[in-house]
Order: sequence, then structure tokens, then C-alpha cells
Amino acid sequence: MSDERQIDELSGVETTGHEWDGIKELNNPLPRWWLWIFYATIAFSIGYMVWFPAIPLLNGNTPGLSGETNRGKLQEELAAVAQQRDGMYAKLEAASLDEIRQDPDMLRFAVAGGESLFKVNCSQCHGSGAQGGPGYPNLNDDDWIWGGELEIILDTIAHGVRAEEDDDTRFGEMPAFGRDEFLDGAQINQVAEFVLKLSGQPHDSAAADQGQTIFEDECSACHGNDGQGDPVAGAPALNDALWLYGGSKADIVAQVNLPKHGVMPAWEPRLGSLAVKQLAVYVHGLGGGQ
Amino acid sequence: MSEFRTNPQSSADDSAASPGDAATDTKAQSPAEGGGVADGPEPVHNKPQAPQEAQAPQEAQVPKPSKPPKRPTGIPGEPPHEMPLYAPREKIYPRRVQGFYRNLKWWVMALTLGIYYITPWLRFDRGSYAPDQAVLVDLVNRRFFFFSIEIWPQEFFFVAGMLVMAGIGLFLVTSIAGRAWCGYTCPQTVWVDLFLVIERFIEGDRNARIKLDKAPWVASKVSKKVIKHAIWLAISVATGGAWVFYFADAPQLAADLVTGQAAWAAYGTIAVLTGTTYSLGGLMREQVCTYMCPWPRIQAAMLDDKSLIVTYNDWRGEPRGKHRKRAEANTLGDCVDCNACVAVCPQGIDIRDGLQLECITCALCIDACNGIMDKLGQPRGLISYATLESYNSNMLLAGATPIKDDDKGHGWDLSNLVPSNVRDAAGGLSDKLSHTTLASFFRLRTLIYIAVYAAIGLGLLGALMTRDRLDLNVNHDRNPLFVKLSDGSIRNGYEVKVANMLASPRQFELLVEGLEGAELYSPLLSGGQDPNWSPSLVLEVRADEVATFDLHLRLDKQAAATAPNNFNFVLKDAGSDELTLEAAKFERPNP
Repeated sequence: MSDERQIDELSGVETTGHEWDGIKELNNPLPRWWLWIFYATIAFSIGYMVWFPAIPLLNGNTPGLSGETNRGKLQEELAAVAQQRDGMYAKLEAASLDEIRQDPDMLRFAVAGGESLFKVNCSQCHGSGAQGGPGYPNLNDDDWIWGGELEIILDTIAHGVRAEEDDDTRFGEMPAFGRDEFLDGAQINQVAEFVLKLSGQPHDSAAADQGQTIFEDECSACHGNDGQGDPVAGAPALNDALWLYGGSKADIVAQVNLPKHGVMPAWEPRLGSLAVKQLAVYVHGLGGGQ
Repeated sequence: MSEFRTNPQSSADDSAASPGDAATDTKAQSPAEGGGVADGPEPVHNKPQAPQEAQAPQEAQVPKPSKPPKRPTGIPGEPPHEMPLYAPREKIYPRRVQGFYRNLKWWVMALTLGIYYITPWLRFDRGSYAPDQAVLVDLVNRRFFFFSIEIWPQEFFFVAGMLVMAGIGLFLVTSIAGRAWCGYTCPQTVWVDLFLVIERFIEGDRNARIKLDKAPWVASKVSKKVIKHAIWLAISVATGGAWVFYFADAPQLAADLVTGQAAWAAYGTIAVLTGTTYSLGGLMREQVCTYMCPWPRIQAAMLDDKSLIVTYNDWRGEPRGKHRKRAEANTLGDCVDCNACVAVCPQGIDIRDGLQLECITCALCIDACNGIMDKLGQPRGLISYATLESYNSNMLLAGATPIKDDDKGHGWDLSNLVPSNVRDAAGGLSDKLSHTTLASFFRLRTLIYIAVYAAIGLGLLGALMTRDRLDLNVNHDRNPLFVKLSDGSIRNGYEVKVANMLASPRQFELLVEGLEGAELYSPLLSGGQDPNWSPSLVLEVRADEVATFDLHLRLDKQAAATAPNNFNFVLKDAGSDELTLEAAKFERPNP
């Protein structure tokens, strides 16, 4: 910068002496209020650093006078949510299953809670959409081994199926007709043909007729004369289109020969009665509840 | 429009920077004030001897002999680094003025302030399910009400479209009439005007205010200042207070505000707007336009040589001079250098320096100058709205020489200008003068603006007339895609969302189209009762709400095997013929 002051001829304003491609920078002073705002921002930043956590230290940071932290805020929000839920939980706990069904607010709350509980605890076997899989029942459909009423679903979840640790657990066991030689191979073949007939599938009529006698002797005590099943014994219906272990002849033969028996833990000791209540309402509401 | 002056000091010098200036002002401008008062609201266009002389001296930035460039600060001979980095504001004391444009501004102020303050209190009956406030921005429920129109968030494009229209409207107005928005309707201008009225009422007009500011702080001065600022603050509170009424039921909120029951957001908004109104309208005033607002910078691109701008007509006024006799009229122009135009300017500039960044085209200098011209028996319009085109042609007529110098800029050399060139034999204005005509408003540019403006407007109007007040959305359940039931039938799950965009509860019938034998059932809708399959469902949706229903759709074994994949849900308003379709898919196991 030269010591000579340079005046821009056009505007009469002094220039800074800096020149780029013939354009000179005018040296107009900033308005003073602009300076004040600059000072105000400095004052604000100091106040901010004093009030809020701001300066990083070796182990943590300055707490600030307000003592506010994001983690603390999260805790407060979680506590607020928990407090809000507590009221609903108490209501659910006190209400009967029927009352929950009749009250839209409780129903919605229970279904939402049951859904998240299901995703965490049940989806490993039953699938995230409760669609089940081979050996694991689909909970969306209307075929219930132990019964589809709300109270019964609740009981099944609470005490489990063939859960050794629970005395009130659902228990039912089909004899291994083939392995233990109650029936020989031809008889098993005949009874399997009859089960195919029961469920409306293609079958050998002659063998099925012979199988009917065997079925009435050996199977109808639990599965019923028409193969309609018995939820009390946990005997599945055989006259419908849904199969837990498969509906082909080979699957049926395998099951008569050496039955598989699924197991579900008793959930009440693990999750508590409130969670089981919500789960029951959710499962019942999937569409197959009776 | 290549150069704008950005030097507040030079203009402040003109108005009232020093005691000496103030004193001469008082003397020199007394006729201006008298003339202004006596003038009355006569539009300049009605004067036969003052047709729209249309000129714009915005290129005339060459320093004029009569007015050497002024140094903003510093003492001659001092080295540059002595110059202060920060300069205090030179306070501006606009003088009161009367005339056509002042009256126009009063009316515009009354209209705009009236709209702002009254609108939230207008009632509009929408029945018992919607608020009865005519204009309401309901942020909590995400609705915007404007009389019979209700906007949902997904319809916000209406508002966006209107903002685009406002932008193009601004281009249109600016290309026709310069910064008319700034000068008449900008809230900054309107509130500064309002605050100036208060200031003038309490402290008196320009000279009295200058005197008061220089006076020692005695009781009368303190009381005047306190009263002025108190009224300003009251107006500011009312400004912020009116704003919040747009966002809640106005009478209820007013009662809540008074009793301390209103939400903190309402008080906070009022506090912030009170602060901004008081500081921007009362304290900062012209600095907002000059330093903060981007619009003055954009205007250079918006103006062309057919835009009307407030213009000092050098070809008539120069060479300016005081205390002359009629005999000198042939050698001097019409400008008597009375500074009336400078004294009334709320931006503190001298319009005779040409178009400047600070000028908001409020046209008060036109009123002031017309008052003086009336006193002197000269035709009005020495300062007038004019286009650059007609200004240039009149400058040539007057004998001015255009300068085109890349170093010194473009402008006019006035040394050969002869005032009698623009006069006729009788002493009136010459017939040869160029005038701005209506035709110059309609040029390709403005026609394009008008066309785009109209196209968007018509498009929005069409969209508004044909929009649906009923919306159906269907999402197929993702997991499981389908459920096989014990009798072999196939069930699909759907989440159905029904938006009832009317302000009354409605009952709808949901049907299935194109899926023979389909039955519907909603587990939650039936309160967990036994499945009650039926070909249609009745859905109740509350007023102005979106309701979600989880549905099951069932097809028996045979129908499921042969059914098409695609079908439609049909939603029928039970009370009217209104219906809407939504496509959906039916999923089933592979055969």
C-alpha cells in the first residue's frame, strides 16, 4: 500500500490502493452498528461457553452452569415415556382380556406392545411376520393345535409347550407307531392313505378304506373320528389344508413312524404376566384368533 | 444502470450533517415546506403543462461541476490508514411533504396495515368440525385455512406456486415501474413511515427534530423521547401480537395472552417481532434497505431503459442556481437548488445524483419538487417518474453530450446544455420532448412475465378446482405376503389409509373391484370379535383426518387359484357419489 491516499474519481471515495484488472477497492467504512453486532456475537459466545458444556478437557469437558447434556436429556425423555406408559401398563394389568378387547385404546396399546415383544422374543422361531415355518406353527392362520381363543393363547404362551420347567405346560405326545412296532409298514401306509383322504388329497381308495379301521382304533381317540383334532390333547386337525410337519404322504408316514414334538418355553417366568398378556392379544389379532 | 452509489455519508452531508447545513436548510427550504403544505393531492399527470417527462439520469454519474465529490471522512493530506474502520450512522430527518404520491402512500399504508391487523379476526363458518377463523395457519394440526380453501401438507405446492407468482409479479412490477414494491408496499417502508408519523407528531418536523437532537437533555426533551419510544414499542408489540393471531384462534389467543395462559411460543414470537419491528422500523430504518436487503442489488438486473424510475430531469433543471431573476431563465435551468427533494428523502440521498442503490422510489421528492415548481409558476415534473429511454432523448434535445469513457464511466457532459432548448417560444415545455407512453409498458419482457404469471395462476386455479377431497392409500402386508387358511382359502393383508379432507365426519364403503368372490374383514375394526367376512366394509373417518385400517381379504381355494394378480379397492362416500380407486395386488402360493 502506498502512502499516497488515492481517491476514486467517480465516487469521490478513498480507495485501499488495491487494484485488480483496473478495478480498485473502495475504502468505505463499515457502519458502526455492524461492529456492535460483531461485539454482541462475541459476548454471546462467551455466555454460551459459560452456560453450556463447551470446552473439551482430557477426561470429558466443562459442564457449563446449566449442567445440560444430551445424555441427560435423553434420560429425561425416556423417563417421561416410561411414566406415560406406566399408567397404561397398570390399566392393562388390572383389565381382563375381554375388557382389553372392548377398549380400543387398550387394544391398540397391547397390540403395539405385543408386536415389539414378539419381534424380540418369538420371531426367532415363528418368523418376524409370525408366518412360522416347517415345524413352527404359522400364527396368522386359523388352525390352532392348542386352541385359538384369546384365553387359551395366553395360557399356551404363559406355560409353553412341552416345557420341562413348567408343571402346567401344554403336553401331548403321539406314540411312535412305527419305531415301537404298534403298526407294521403296510398298516402305516394304509393309515397314511386314509389321512390323505381326510384332507381331501389324492389317495388310494382301497388302502384308505383299510386305513380307516386302523385310524379308528389307534388314532381317533386323540385326532377324532373325522380327523378334526382335539386342542385339549394338542392333537392337530388332519382334515384341513394346513400341516405343521408337511402334508405329503412321505411326511405323514414319517410322522406316524416317529413323531416330531415341538417345544416352546414357558414365557411367563421370563417376561412376566403383563408381557404375556400383550403377546396374547397381538397373536390373537393376527387374523386367526377365535 | 451500471453504477449505483453506495455512499451514505455523501447523502447525509446533503441532508443535515453539520450545523451549518441545518441552518441553510431552514432558510432555503421554507418555501418548499409552504408549497408542500398548500399543494394538496393533485396527481402530477393531471397538469397539462407537465406531461410525463420521462428521463432517467442513472448514468449521469460523472461528477458535476456544481457539486464536487464529497469526502466521506478523513482530513485531506492524512495517510489512508488514518481513515476510520467503522462509521457511525448519519441520522436522517425527513421533512413532511404533501402531494399525490404522499397521499397514495397513505392509502397504501392504510390498506396494508388494515389487511395485516384485521385479517386474523375475520370469521368464516366451516361447520362444527373445523375452526371458524377465515385465515389460519394451524401448525399443530398441519392445516392451512384460507376462507373456503383448506390446504393439507401434501397440497403445499399451492403456497409454493403462489410464492413463485409473487416473485414473478415482483419482476413484472420492477420492469415496469422500478422499485414500486420498495417504495410503497414493503413492510419495512410501511412501518418506517408509521414510525416517522409518530416521531413527527411528538418531536415536530425536520428542523424541530434536528434542533431537539442538538439540545441538552432537559426534562422536555427526555419526556418527548420517552413518549416517542414508548409509542414505538407499543406499535411493535401490536405488530408482533397481530402476527401470532394468524397461527391460533384469535379471540381465544387474545384472552390467553392477556391472562398469561398462552403458550410460551406465542410470547416468544411476540417478543422477537417486537424487537425486530422496534429496531428495524424505529432505529435502523434506511440502513435495512441499504445494507441488509438483497433486493437493491438485484434491481440492476430487473431494470431496463423502459422501466419507470424516479428521475431528476437534468435537461430541464441544469444548470441549477439560486436567487435568480426571471431574466436569467435562459441561462439557468429550473432547479433552484432549494434542497426540498433532499430534505424529504427518507433514504437521505440526493435524487439529482441519479439513480442510486439507496433509492426506494417512494416518489416523495416528486411531491416536494412539484410543490416548489407550483410556487415558482413552473410546470411540474422537474423530478418525475420517467424511463431512461425518454430521458436520454431529452438530454440530447437539451444539448448534453454523452460520455462513453471506460475509465471514468458513462454519463453526460452538461457543459453544453442550454435550458432554452427544451422550451417553446411561449416559455412552456417544448413539443419535441419525449414522453413515456403506456405502450412502453407492453414489451416482450413484460409480456413474458405476464404470460408466465398467468400460466402459473391458471394452473393453480385448475388444480384447486379439480383437487380431490378424498384420498385412498393401500399398502400390502410385506410379511407374510399371504396366509393359507385351514380350508385352503388364501388371505392377504392390507393397510388401508383413508384421508377425509372435508371438515365433516364421513362414512365410506370399501369394495373390491376385479376380484370375484373376495371377502373383507378387519380384526381390529370388529373389536376382536369372531371374523365377520363380507364383500364390503363400512369405514368411519372423522372430520379432516387420516384413518388407518388393517384389513384382511380372503379368496376361497378355487377362486384364489384363478384370480388375477391385480385388482382395485374402491372407496365410496356413503353420502355422495364421490369415489376413489386404488390399485392393489393379490398374492398367493405358487401353483
